[in-house]
Amino acid sequence: MSVLLFTSILFMGAIAAGLVGALTGLGGGVVLIPLLTLVFNVDIRYAIGCALISSIATSSGSAVAYIKEGITNIRIGMFLEIATTTGAIIGALIAVYMPTNIVAVIFGVVLLFSALMALRKKNEAADTSEKSTLARVLNLNGSYTSPAGPVEYKVHRVIGGYSLMTVAGVISGLLGIGSGALKVLAMDTVMRIPFKVSTTTSNFMIGVTAAASAVVYLQRGYIEPDLAMPVVIGVLIGAFAGSKILLKADVKKLRLLFSVVIGFLAIEMIYNGLMGSL
Amino acid sequence: MATVVGKLLRFGVLSACLVATLGGIMFLILHRSELSDFTQFRGAPEHLRSLEGIYGGLLAFDARAVIQAGVIILIATPILRVALSIFAFALERDYLYVAITVIVLLIISIGMFGGLAG
Repeated sequence: MSVLLFTSILFMGAIAAGLVGALTGLGGGVVLIPLLTLVFNVDIRYAIGCALISSIATSSGSAVAYIKEGITNIRIGMFLEIATTTGAIIGALIAVYMPTNIVAVIFGVVLLFSALMALRKKNEAADTSEKSTLARVLNLNGSYTSPAGPVEYKVHRVIGGYSLMTVAGVISGLLGIGSGALKVLAMDTVMRIPFKVSTTTSNFMIGVTAAASAVVYLQRGYIEPDLAMPVVIGVLIGAFAGSKILLKADVKKLRLLFSVVIGFLAIEMIYNGLMGSL
Repeated sequence: MATVVGKLLRFGVLSACLVATLGGIMFLILHRSELSDFTQFRGAPEHLRSLEGIYGGLLAFDARAVIQAGVIILIATPILRVALSIFAFALERDYLYVAITVIVLLIISIGMFGGLAG
């Protein structure tokens, strides 16, 4: 395929990936890896490099909107960043010794889990009972404004959340994805942080986590400019359009449909990984 | 402070996109009829894997180096945001979080300068 044709098709694919990523809340990078490997037959290492910078782009792009709303808890984010950046570097180190078909299988499992997470019920209520001394010492408890007035929340099980964040970091570093689903799981289910705060804080953390391992991948030659150019621009356009649609339309059915599609892609990745063809 | 961070993020993403688009146009003009094949992993050209190499490529008007410069801006944006938070926490006299943020920045630096590429 000529460079011009390949770049054009890839650009369209990246727009679609950004759109689906925004509508499902999974992020463009996650959709990009199956698209590049299964559809375009691109080596998974190049796909990981592309996903990594797409994750950074969508994280920074949507953070602009979140900061205005003022619900991101920077202290929770920064404290847990110690865990995710450490994990990300460990993940990037392990990646060298990991056969690519195993990486594909791990990716498929994480993707399947993320698609299921996107469909589950969210933790809307703020927990106001104070259970963690560590949360108080680290000043993690916070509040945000809602239409019904300010909502105070207390953070639970800091050590459990921190441990799960380390795992999320390792997976980010290994697969080049933001692993937002795992981050939200850690904050939402373990630390009992309300959904609004955990989603925006997770988004803040994704960019920093991805940046920590991106430099290692750049030095390793995973970030190929020929692919990065259409992919980054396309994912950003798609994610931007997706966030506009989210504000206007009720996307429940669309989200369900896309999650099923992503589930199938995940199984396809696992299958191809097991057969050794990725 | 929130507005400064918001501006940094917007500026980072937009300028990264702009630089990558510029490099992309140069790249398509120069290489449009060559063949694309990424089914085998060879890795990006050696000089596009380091800051010095990309800088050298920029001076030589290498289209791929221009795209890669856009990528560098993109990677630098969240790191700058962390750096900026050190000042934000210092202004609030929250020295515990100044320390936590410095630790995060140190970990990122190990990733950058630790020679971990293998």
